[in-house]
Amino acid sequence: MCTTCGCGVGQTHINGKPVQTRHRAAQSVRFRAPESHDTHRATETMHFGNGIAGTHAPGMSQARMVKIERDILAANNRWAEQNRRYFSAHGIFALNLVSSPGSGKTTLLVNTIERMRDQFPIAVIEGDQQTDRDAARIRATGVAALQINTGKGCHLDALMIGRALQQLAVPDNGLLFIENVGNLVCPSGFDLGEEHKVEIQSETEVEDKPLKNPDMFHSADLMLLNKCDVLPHLNFDTDLAIGYAHRVHPGLPVIRLSATQGDGMQAWCDWLAANCRRVAANANSMETGF
Amino acid sequence: MHELSLAESLLQVIEDAAREQQFSRVKTVWLEIGQLACVEQESLRFFFDAVKADSIARQARLEIVAIAGQARCENCNRNCGIETYHAACPYCGQYALSVTQGEEMRIKELEVE
Ligand SMILES: Nc1nc2c(ncn2[C@@H]2O[C@H](COP(=O)(O)OP(=O)(O)O)[C@@H](O)[C@H]2O)c(=O)[nH]1
Ligand SMILES: [Mg+2]
Ligand SMILES: [Zn+2]
Ligand SMILES: [Zn+2]
Ligand SMILES: [Zn+2]
Repeated sequence: MCTTCGCGVGQTHINGKPVQTRHRAAQSVRFRAPESHDTHRATETMHFGNGIAGTHAPGMSQARMVKIERDILAANNRWAEQNRRYFSAHGIFALNLVSSPGSGKTTLLVNTIERMRDQFPIAVIEGDQQTDRDAARIRATGVAALQINTGKGCHLDALMIGRALQQLAVPDNGLLFIENVGNLVCPSGFDLGEEHKVEIQSETEVEDKPLKNPDMFHSADLMLLNKCDVLPHLNFDTDLAIGYAHRVHPGLPVIRLSATQGDGMQAWCDWLAANCRRVAANANSMETGF
Repeated sequence: MHELSLAESLLQVIEDAAREQQFSRVKTVWLEIGQLACVEQESLRFFFDAVKADSIARQARLEIVAIAGQARCENCNRNCGIETYHAACPYCGQYALSVTQGEEMRIKELEVE
C-alpha cells in the first residue's frame, strides 16, 4: 500500500477488459524483459549462467560499479514521450485533468463538450479505480470515451494511455481530455505525454490545499477554480486560495468558472480553442515541411 | 507519490541495465532522491524489498542520498535553499522561487557482480 494515498496493486481494466501492466509484485520472475515498443528486445533471452559472471571461480568476488544515471520513472517517461510524439504528429491537443474527487472534472467535461463539439473533434479517456460511470456520462453526449479502471491503483500511467490509444480512435487535429483518478498526490509524478496538466479545485474545498498538497499545484500549468456559483453560500476566500497556489507555483494561470452554471466557461473554451488551433497548425507544417 | 510504482520502475531500470551491462547480481543500489520529490523513503524501501524477491536484485541494499532543495529567486536573482514548494525567498520575502535542485529521483549507480 502506498503511504500517501493508501493505494495498492490493482488489476487494470480498459472498458471492462483486463490489461497487462507492470504490477507484478506477487509473481516470481527471475528476469523479465522490459515492456516497450522495441519488440526485438523484448523477445531476447538472457542466460545469466553463461556470461562472465557465470563462469567465474566460486568465492572470487567480481564486484564492480556500474554507472546508471537514469530517472527512476525512466520507463514511464519513455512511454510518455511516445504518446507525446503521437499527439504532436496527429495534431492532438491532450490535457491531463487532475484533482481531488468531486471537484467537478466530469461535469466540466460534459459542459465543455457541449460548447466545443461543433468546433473540434473531441475524445475522452476516463480514469477511475472502479466503474465506468464517468465514461457513460461522456458517451451520453455522443463523444467517444474509453474507461480505464486502475483497481486499487491511484493514478494513470503513460503505458495505460499508450494502450488506450490503440483502442480509442482520437481524431486528428482534435482535443483529447484525460480525466485522471481523483487524487492530488500520485498523478503529479506520472507524465502521460499530455501537453498540460490542468488542476481543478472547487470553491467548496479549503483555501490552503496548495500548501497541504503542493505537488499537483507545482506540476500543473493551469488551475481551474470551479463551482464559483456557490461562492455566495460559503466562507471561501478566493483571493487567499489563489495566493496560496501562487506561493507554490508563482504565476500559475487561474480561470474561475462554474461547470454547472456556465460562468467563466467562455474563457476556458477560448483557451482550449487557441491551443487546438496551434497544435493542429504545427502538425500540418510538420507534414508539409513548412 | 506511489512508491509501489516507483519500486517496480526501479527494478525495471536495474533489469534493463543487467542486460546491457552483463551482470547477474546486484549488491547495492545508489539512489539520489531530492527532498522536494514526493517520495516516502521508508515506503520505497518496503516496496523495493517486496518487488525484488526472485529478481537479480533480491540481495540488493538501497543506499539513498538525499539532495537538498535549491531555488533561484526570479525577483532578486539570488539562490537559496528551500525545504517546501511554498517557501518565500529568504532575502526579499517574495514568493517567486523557481526550483533548481531537489526534485531528482535518480538511480546513480549499482554495485554488481
Ligand atoms: N454547484 C456546482 N456543483 C458542481 C459544479 N461542478 C460540479 N458540481 C457537482 O460536484 C459533484 C461532483 O462532480 P463530478 O463532475 O462528478 O466531479 P469529479 O469527481 O471531479 O469528476 C457533482 O454533484 C456535480 O454536480 C459547479 O460548477 N457548481
Ligand atoms: Mg469524474
Ligand atoms: Zn498512485
Ligand atoms: Zn498511491
Ligand atoms: Zn528574492
